[in-house]
Amino acid sequence: MQFDALYQEIILDHYKRPHGRGLREPFEGEAHHVNPTCGDEIDIRVHLDGATIDDVSHDGMGCSISQAAASVLYDLVNGQTVTDALARTDAFTDMVAGRGAGEPDEELLEDGVAFAGVAKYPARVKCALLPWMAFKDALVRAQAASPPAAGDERSAQTTTVGGTA
Amino acid sequence: MKTVTDAASTPSGSLASVAGPTLDVARVRADFPIFDRLINGRPLVYLDSANTSQKPRVVIDALREHYELHNANVARSVHTLGTEATAAYEGARAKVATFIGAAGPDEVVFAKNATEAINLVAYAFGNASAAPATNDERFVLRPGDEIVVSEMEHHSNIVPWQMLCERTGATFKWFGITDDGKLDLSHLDEVITERTKLVSIAYVSNTLGTINDPAPIIARARQVGALVMLDGSQAVPQMPVDVAALDLDFLAFTGHKMLGPTGIGVLWARSSLLAAMPPVLGGGSMIETVTMAKTTYALPPARFEAGTPPIAEAVALGTAIDYLTGLDMRAVAAHERALTTYALDALSTVEGLRVYGPTDPADRGGTMSFALDGVHPHDVGQILDEFGVEVRVGHHCARPVCARYGVAAMTRASFYVYTTTHEIDELVHGLEHVRKVFS
Repeated sequence: MQFDALYQEIILDHYKRPHGRGLREPFEGEAHHVNPTCGDEIDIRVHLDGATIDDVSHDGMGCSISQAAASVLYDLVNGQTVTDALARTDAFTDMVAGRGAGEPDEELLEDGVAFAGVAKYPARVKCALLPWMAFKDALVRAQAASPPAAGDERSAQTTTVGGTA
Repeated sequence: MKTVTDAASTPSGSLASVAGPTLDVARVRADFPIFDRLINGRPLVYLDSANTSQKPRVVIDALREHYELHNANVARSVHTLGTEATAAYEGARAKVATFIGAAGPDEVVFAKNATEAINLVAYAFGNASAAPATNDERFVLRPGDEIVVSEMEHHSNIVPWQMLCERTGATFKWFGITDDGKLDLSHLDEVITERTKLVSIAYVSNTLGTINDPAPIIARARQVGALVMLDGSQAVPQMPVDVAALDLDFLAFTGHKMLGPTGIGVLWARSSLLAAMPPVLGGGSMIETVTMAKTTYALPPARFEAGTPPIAEAVALGTAIDYLTGLDMRAVAAHERALTTYALDALSTVEGLRVYGPTDPADRGGTMSFALDGVHPHDVGQILDEFGVEVRVGHHCARPVCARYGVAAMTRASFYVYTTTHEIDELVHGLEHVRKVFS
């Protein structure tokens, strides 16, 4: 069936057993995002240690796509530098919005490549991006609350995401 | 899986009721071209009619014929086409009036949809409140006056009144919902008081399917001199509605949920009320005399129809009403009741499924919202779509209803004149598959 392209085993696993779930202290930035069309909600907290994302914690309620995306987000950005985390954010966003060129980069996106099928379902792109948009907001706030670290050449504000779905 | 056990059921899936007129569903379906198409390789199972109904061939033809043969602007031309278009447009108004038991066509105002019809009344109140000296007291709101709705409403019967209350300082109040999905009228006299100017309630809930009894609300409103509006968006398509028998003041509904095209809705109001209501949109067609110093306004309904209206859409709504009248609205209501009974039974066989709203089919229309344990409605709807089963998921523009039951979203199946019991079986089959995917 066609929906196997959307409901990959990997996505269902992350939905049933989410990674990094539960809001934690400490954190410098926090964001709450809502998808007004379906009521899905996500809270994301970011704790920075210099230029490194020391913890990203999340909690929310919603469909398998949005909740699994939050779990994959945790895997992909936790412990990364801000620069690498934002690069992964851009790559994930481009992939689910159907802007990616060719095959998604499995080395970069790991389990996240399971979301490639979302691009075929325009109504669900927002679901997959909900935690990632919230993460970007939380990161901006965390950076604003933290002193800039040496070597942090990229800030969240300079990236462009959006215009999707 | 639930199978057809009712002896009255036929292979085509139509249901006979115990008495009164019935629908020949197979013949009805043959009138709807969309049922020829496949969805993801499967026959279309359209269970989203509370969102918008499908259209019979005659309605689609009416739109095309208007543009091919009679197209001209209305109410301002002396030429043949203009006369024909005007006659067709006004003819549609007369059909609407007859269909809902109005005293006459002049009580029928065409709007874009039910949302616009409700907003029209809300803005008339607002305009009257801004100039109380020159307006009818019934429409004037002052701080402390009250507008009453219910927690069961579609957003279109909440937000315009909240906005009106913000503009005027009036108090926004509402009836709650009982656990079994009915209006909580236990504090009727405290909710509707001497300060209440308008009560606006859904006749049939778009989410819970509840058929509300307006009688006690209207009786209380009459005691305190408040006006009463019903949002008939879900009721007018599926059961006989008679504004005179109901003793109503306003009724709003929309064409696209009753086999008509999008872009055409109706505000019905008592002629004495329309006559006292200040205009809302200004422009062409709604005037009597315009000078640079002052404008006087046309009589209703023209006063409330500024600009060129949706002519073809109104004409095609008239055709939809002819079609429904041909089916007999008593037969339509009996069909909805039979499907609701069947669906309540069929859905009860799905493990982990909970239906919201009244459990007695007598209390509800053909709209059923439910939860499937552990599976989000978006996922339910997505997987059902792969089986060609089209349902609505989300908050159904009635977020307070979802909040009342502690959920962010629901899955909703809704039925209409072309729906068969076989399609409800397909829904159940699809839901069993959803459970497998998420087990």
